[in-house]
Amino acid sequence: MWGKRLFIAVFLIPPLLLYGIFVVSPYAQAFQISGTDWSGLSPAYEFVGLDNFRRLLGDGYFWTALKHNGLLLVLLPVATIVAGLFFASMISVGGRADRAGVHGVRGSGFYRVVYFFPQVLSVAIIGVLWKEMYAPHTGMINGFLRGIGLDGLAVAWLGDPRFSFWCVLAVLIWMNVGFYVVLFGAAMQSIPRDLYEAALLDGASRVTTLVRITVPLLWDTIQVAWVYLAIVAIDGFAIVQIITNGGPGSSSDVVGLRLYKTAFGDGQFGYASAIGVAMFFLTLTVAVMFLRATRRERVEL
Amino acid sequence: MDRLSRRGLLQGAAGVAAAGALGGCAMGGDDATNGDAKGTTSANNPLGVKEDAPLEVVIFNGGFGEEYAKAHEALYRGRYPKAEIKHSATQQIAETLQPRFVAGDPPDVIDNSGGSQIDFNGLVSQGALTDLGELLDAPSLDDPGKKVRDTLLPGIVDVGSYDGKFLTVNYAYSAYGIWYSKKLFDAKGWEYPTTWDGMIALCRTIKAAGIAPWTYTGVHARYMSWPILTAAAKLGGIEVIKAIDNLEPNAWKHDAVRTAADAYYQLAVDGFLQPGAEGMDHIQSQTEWCRGHAAFISCGSWLENEQKSVTPPGFDMAVAPTPSLGTSDKLPFGAFRGTGSEPFIVPAKGKNVRGGMEYLRIMLSKKAAADFTTRVSSLTAVTGAADGLSLGPGLTSVTKLIDASQGSAFTWLYSTYYRKLERERVNAASLELFTKRITASQWCDRVQKSADEFAKDPAIKKYKRA
Repeated sequence: MWGKRLFIAVFLIPPLLLYGIFVVSPYAQAFQISGTDWSGLSPAYEFVGLDNFRRLLGDGYFWTALKHNGLLLVLLPVATIVAGLFFASMISVGGRADRAGVHGVRGSGFYRVVYFFPQVLSVAIIGVLWKEMYAPHTGMINGFLRGIGLDGLAVAWLGDPRFSFWCVLAVLIWMNVGFYVVLFGAAMQSIPRDLYEAALLDGASRVTTLVRITVPLLWDTIQVAWVYLAIVAIDGFAIVQIITNGGPGSSSDVVGLRLYKTAFGDGQFGYASAIGVAMFFLTLTVAVMFLRATRRERVEL
Repeated sequence: MDRLSRRGLLQGAAGVAAAGALGGCAMGGDDATNGDAKGTTSANNPLGVKEDAPLEVVIFNGGFGEEYAKAHEALYRGRYPKAEIKHSATQQIAETLQPRFVAGDPPDVIDNSGGSQIDFNGLVSQGALTDLGELLDAPSLDDPGKKVRDTLLPGIVDVGSYDGKFLTVNYAYSAYGIWYSKKLFDAKGWEYPTTWDGMIALCRTIKAAGIAPWTYTGVHARYMSWPILTAAAKLGGIEVIKAIDNLEPNAWKHDAVRTAADAYYQLAVDGFLQPGAEGMDHIQSQTEWCRGHAAFISCGSWLENEQKSVTPPGFDMAVAPTPSLGTSDKLPFGAFRGTGSEPFIVPAKGKNVRGGMEYLRIMLSKKAAADFTTRVSSLTAVTGAADGLSLGPGLTSVTKLIDASQGSAFTWLYSTYYRKLERERVNAASLELFTKRITASQWCDRVQKSADEFAKDPAIKKYKRA
């Protein structure tokens, strides 16, 4: 019996140890640090109880950032999933009905590859690329607008607090949608073609097919996508930091960036950890809520 | 029961986690060693460096690169051949070195610069920096009869001091002003104005000629707060700036600041700012300026080096002081903001503090400083180190600016004391001002409100400028 336990332990201990050191322990320490006034520059610190969290409640900059994360949380998953479903169904089943049966639009193989491109680029490259795209004089977007005679619309996108957040949101959708096209596309392959053919014979339109057949049969996948995208929305740090760095003012700030600036810019690791702890609970709550809210009967094929 | 229970497994995992938390704590243990062990002093070695003690130098790998530091290290090696020198360079100073400060194992010399420099407020309040007073009073390398203190340009000791202790050597000397292309101005017959009325009149002419009179970086709109504060200091005297540095109530609402802000706000009102500038970062706006799309830009003297690759030949950039706002300005037209940048520090807990100070003493020799100026086209904190060197047009105009000012150069310190106040708050308010979303008077109110927040925040250590 001991031999068996030892055998199991030998396999379990290394991964648990790694997990403990690199995942659990930083989390635990963040909780500890959030109760201190640690500056992050010397081993000296004092416990200040819940002061950091009290300060958080009255910190307008934090709430502005949180509001942006909230907006992302509502808009990013919806927009990405809708766009992803649309593109995926166009690629797999959206083609003109003809003798070849149900198939994708012409050139669907090409689109499948092209949509995946942003996923291949690193976040840093995407950020720098879009920053230049949005540039007021040299950027492609304004160049295009001027080219078609819409000079009045060629504004300083990232320099205007009315637009900066939406510019970042557009990039986030752009960089994420490709992955979900592939994900949904792969899931659609497992839906039997005859279901679509039957629907077509019954005279169902494409929209009806999408809503009545594709979405219910992909529900598990969509649910997972939703949770992933929610996590991306609550984070958003890298892309915001590169494209706008939260500006102008705090018009595109997100909580992750606030945390980073508080820690490394202001040397207030205690307060930054409090922000991190708040975010931890927020992410957890959101994930649980999504899973609860989207729980449905499984459709068996 | 021969299976591990679920609970047992969880307990085990918790135990592992606890062990991990204890083993790899981010907040560090300590730090028994202090590297202030002094070797014997001599005329040749006034700081008492231990000859064989290794020295670690970390350089910010930004606009100036790292090659200049390797040359300085070679000079150190020449004096102490037994010392082993470890050199590294990074752009992420704070991220790389913060854990080492916590562990009590910082390098001996750090060039704490760039976007992610370690916040000085934190470093100073934690006592993490060596008091470099001893270095100031040590004989200079070039002339043993002269103290290092007396070889530095005016303002260098001020900007490196916190509550009277000299903690940072700002090695590069930057002059701030309004930049223009002499070639363009000569070709059009324009002359740089000495008064603000003259500036507005000239802007009208420039605009009529189809060039945007001014451009600026909206992303770093604080660049435009520099001429405002400079003009305010010239109008109302240096006391205006000192009140700002000391976070005094209503310092930003002083009449001089309001008048200056209003003057520059006029540029936005009259449409003298390049359209779209509010969306540009500093490189984009400086490049627009280099391409001749705008006549004026506010910047520091690193501009020439930063724009080296895109400046057209014969562009002939030149810097000028901010125009005087009135006829009875307290400071002359020639007064400008001149201050040190590229702050070098010697951490108090370094292994070789003496060696760190000696390294700085070597950097402050004329030979090392001239080498720096030649390599990176920037002046240094060392008086007269650029004499006789052939400089680019921009830097030549900086030396003329310094000569013409006759010692009336000044600077503010609030941006080093309270970095975030400038980098975030003034930055944001300035963009609002130059996009006409707020007026000059609202700008003063907004920045004052932020300054008051800093004054009240117990987490921020306050400094007093004398």
